[in-house]
Amino acid sequence: MIPDGIEDDDKWLAEGIAAIQLQAFYLHRALDANNLREALKYSAQMLSELRTSKLSPHKYYELYMRAFDELKSLEMFFKDESRHGVSIVDLYELVQHAGNILPRLYLLCTVGSVYINSKEVPAKDVLKDLVEMCRGVQHPIRGLFLRSYLSQVSRDKLPDIGSHYEGGDDTVMDAVDFVLQNFTEMNKLWVRMEHQGPHQIKEKLEKERNELRDLVGKNLHVLSQVEGVDLEMYKDTVLPRVLEQVVDCKDDLAQYYLMECIIQVFPDDYHLQTLETLLNACPQLQPTVDTKTVLSQLMGRLSNYAASNVDVLPEFLQVEAFTKLSSAIGRVIEAQADMPIVGAITLYVSLLTFTLRVHPDRLDYVDQVLGACVKKLSGKPKLQDNRATKQVVALLSAPLEKYNDTVTALTLSNYPRVMDYLDNGTNKVMAMVIIESIMKNNSCISTADKVEVLFELIKGLIKDLDGTSVDELDKEDFEDEQNAVARLIHMLYNDDPEEMLKMICTVRKHIMSGGPRRLRFTIPPFVFSALRLVRQLQGQGGDVVGEEVPTTPKKIFQLLNQTIEALSYVPSPELALRLYLQCAEAANDSDLEPIAYEFFTQAFVLYEEEIADSKAQVTAIHLIIGTLQRMHVFGVENRDTLTHKATGYSAKLLKKPDQCRAVYACSHLFWVDDQDGIKDGERVLLCLKRALRIANAAQQMASVARGSSGPVTLFVEILNKSVQLSLHLIEVTLIRYLYFFEKGNPNIVNAAIQGLVELITNELQSDSTTPTSDPFFSSTLRYIQFQKQKGGAMGEKFASIKV
Amino acid sequence: MNYLIGAFKPSCNISITFNDAKTRKQVPFKKENGQTVMVPLFQSQENISGKVSVEPVPGKKVEHNGIKVELLGQIEMYFDRGNFYDFTSLVRELDIPGEIYEKKTFPFEFSTVEMPYETYNGVNVRLRYVLKVTISRGYAGSIVEYQDFMVRNYSPPPPINNSIKMEVGIEDCLHIEFEYNKSKYHLKDVIIGKIYFLLVRIKIKNMDLEIRRRESTGSGTNTHVETETLAKFELMDGAPVRGESIPIRLFLSPYELTPTHRNINNKFSVKYYLNLVLVDEEDRRYFKQQEITIYRLEENS
Repeated sequence: MIPDGIEDDDKWLAEGIAAIQLQAFYLHRALDANNLREALKYSAQMLSELRTSKLSPHKYYELYMRAFDELKSLEMFFKDESRHGVSIVDLYELVQHAGNILPRLYLLCTVGSVYINSKEVPAKDVLKDLVEMCRGVQHPIRGLFLRSYLSQVSRDKLPDIGSHYEGGDDTVMDAVDFVLQNFTEMNKLWVRMEHQGPHQIKEKLEKERNELRDLVGKNLHVLSQVEGVDLEMYKDTVLPRVLEQVVDCKDDLAQYYLMECIIQVFPDDYHLQTLETLLNACPQLQPTVDTKTVLSQLMGRLSNYAASNVDVLPEFLQVEAFTKLSSAIGRVIEAQADMPIVGAITLYVSLLTFTLRVHPDRLDYVDQVLGACVKKLSGKPKLQDNRATKQVVALLSAPLEKYNDTVTALTLSNYPRVMDYLDNGTNKVMAMVIIESIMKNNSCISTADKVEVLFELIKGLIKDLDGTSVDELDKEDFEDEQNAVARLIHMLYNDDPEEMLKMICTVRKHIMSGGPRRLRFTIPPFVFSALRLVRQLQGQGGDVVGEEVPTTPKKIFQLLNQTIEALSYVPSPELALRLYLQCAEAANDSDLEPIAYEFFTQAFVLYEEEIADSKAQVTAIHLIIGTLQRMHVFGVENRDTLTHKATGYSAKLLKKPDQCRAVYACSHLFWVDDQDGIKDGERVLLCLKRALRIANAAQQMASVARGSSGPVTLFVEILNKSVQLSLHLIEVTLIRYLYFFEKGNPNIVNAAIQGLVELITNELQSDSTTPTSDPFFSSTLRYIQFQKQKGGAMGEKFASIKV
Repeated sequence: MNYLIGAFKPSCNISITFNDAKTRKQVPFKKENGQTVMVPLFQSQENISGKVSVEPVPGKKVEHNGIKVELLGQIEMYFDRGNFYDFTSLVRELDIPGEIYEKKTFPFEFSTVEMPYETYNGVNVRLRYVLKVTISRGYAGSIVEYQDFMVRNYSPPPPINNSIKMEVGIEDCLHIEFEYNKSKYHLKDVIIGKIYFLLVRIKIKNMDLEIRRRESTGSGTNTHVETETLAKFELMDGAPVRGESIPIRLFLSPYELTPTHRNINNKFSVKYYLNLVLVDEEDRRYFKQQEITIYRLEENS
């Protein structure tokens, strides 16, 4: 069916063109002969081809253009009276004798154009006559093209300011009236196309109709080009009349296109000054009109205008552009009850963009927009519509992008209320956007209030929202989110300790509600943030220390203690242990012995009760030893208790090598290489000896295992390894010996070292599986040699050791 | 043969000339045989004067029982061709019985001749004015010569000339209101008007304005009516919607119209009508006919 239609269309077009060409040939012959009668006859016949109803608008346009070209030469002929000998007045009558209306009116327009040109009568009379007479063509397509022709030929003959057709009785007003009338009529014709033709091909008709829209819009373009249309005339005449037509035509396609046209063709400052009029039209448009796009375009133009020229900003204020736009949007949303929520939000996004560009200083405006959005969303369930959600994200992101300082967004009271309407997933996305923005701009959040607001905003990340099942979460995403929160915590900072403490308390309040899964991520940064404050207080020294000062390290430590405790329920004992130790160290630096002791106690309790995995134990014990070693705040009693415990734990580790390592590490607890550090040589030696014993025991166990294993070759390698390992333990213990020897521990005598060296040497020689040249041992020996040769006190000390 | 022809040849030539032939306006006139000739134009109450010359064939004499010139106003019905009804008949005796040997000229004059009707050439009837010169002879039969002339009568612009305004329609289907600016138009007039569409429920394709001439001849049961469409002028292309108004501007000059003739001597009438025709997409015609009066306005020249 359809291909046939197209073929027919082409066929008819070809026929039409052929006929026009034939008549045009005769027409030119008549013109060459200066024969007016013939010229009129053939031109009328040629124009009769335009009476066809068979062509689609597209093809009709082609046909029209052919005729249009021919009419130009006819116009030239009419212009030259000497060629035809008929006065223009008579000619104007003569062409009206034609019986068929379409050719008659085309000819009338052609002569009319010459008539205006002759200036024998006021241009306005001719224009008025032409535009009136054209009413005779009521067929939409033919009428549109006829009027388009009228518009074309009259365009350079309008009595505009500066045109030589102005003056006398002719004023710009006449030009404007003419164009407006032609516009109105064309629009009516265009709209009428909608209601013609069968419904089955409605879509096709709509498409065809759309192709013709520029014919109508062209009139508005002409109006915008008329010099004499100044702001006043635009305001008083042009815009009201155009809008009247737009509203009256009640056609969504036309309304949308024409509003778009108005916004595009007239200057920005006109729009600004007539904002109210323009906006008042919007709620009157058909509910199916995409008013939001229209308004968005308008706001887009205005914001560009404002952006391009700072000088015009006062004008925006003067006309209260924001208030007007805002109320117009409200009315449109109200009027178009069926408008999907996404539409309304899109409008708010545009308004927000406008506000941010034009009134960047008016946060209250921004908040108003968000407030309006909240109002629209209120009473509705959370957004399900994807596009709407996207728009909300855009709405919320805009202020963040504009104000590089995210903190600004925190002062918007409606901001979190809008976020509430997002579904949980998007809420999180938005929270991430906020955090990213903070990170990107390196904004520092510096008051407790802001922290409160911020955490309220990102609460989607902070805690489980209702209705989210845990299974839905992607583990990786979750970790990303929580890491972001962790990073965010580091961005919260204030120099003033008091405020900082408040902020810390606020943060704590929020993160504690996060549930076990989040605490693992959020507590560490919180702890470090708090410890930073502690150090800061320390740095300020005694200046601020006083009875009344609310912010004391003590308080903070209390807080920390409670916080970390929460981790043990997660459970994440290893992490808690580390944090306790960190705190203990900080307390140490603050000279708060009881607190440090308390932290250690907590750490030990954790170790005892929660850390069961042997590997974890090894790590934990080393951490404990390391931290404890650095503590100087403890008195002898406390210290003894703690070191004793630590040593005890070390000796109770599961694997011998681990025991050995932990025990010799413990030796350092008794020998702090400081000015007034503990130097308990005896206990150091005890530790070392014990370590050696353990290493020996390990070695023996390994040898026994090897001996009994017999043919089971599979284990040989493993056993070899363990033998090597235990030997290595001895070697490492030797290093400790050397260390304390060097440091002058009186309990470490060179004989012991000598013994160890020999023991190792023997072992190396006896053990065939072990490579005789153990690099570790070799370098140890080299070191002893080096110390020997160094001479001096140290050289003497080492001299007696034989290697 | 020549002899024979010569026997039937009139023995004299008669010519009729008008005194003001040089200055009088000549207009084309279609004769019975279809030829168009130029004839002088008169109007009622004018003096018609001239000369009749009788010139015998050389060497012959014309013997007659008297010579007269008649001015005749005649109506001829085509169903009764050749039978003229004279509504005006004026006679001037030019010569008493006698003999004419050489060319002799007789002046004549009809003064302030009442010629109430215009020359008319219609479908079934014509009205003509003619000068008829008769040389009466006894046995040989009379010698007759005719000279046609035209009569046109001018009217002043009518003192009352109302517009024609009317609302017509088909219930729930089509309601229009049309207006013609006048009811009486002169021959070179322009019809200005408007058509308002009050209700349109049919798909109109186009709208024409026709000028129709209705010539009725005879009377009583013998009345014969002939209607011609002289003009078909397209007013509108396409389907209007409610509220549209379509302008009318029709120049009458291109059409061959005559003034309206009402009951000319009880023989015939010529009336004019404007017929507004709307054609729908199924080619059904909806029309409304309104009579207009056409009159001849004195041309300024």
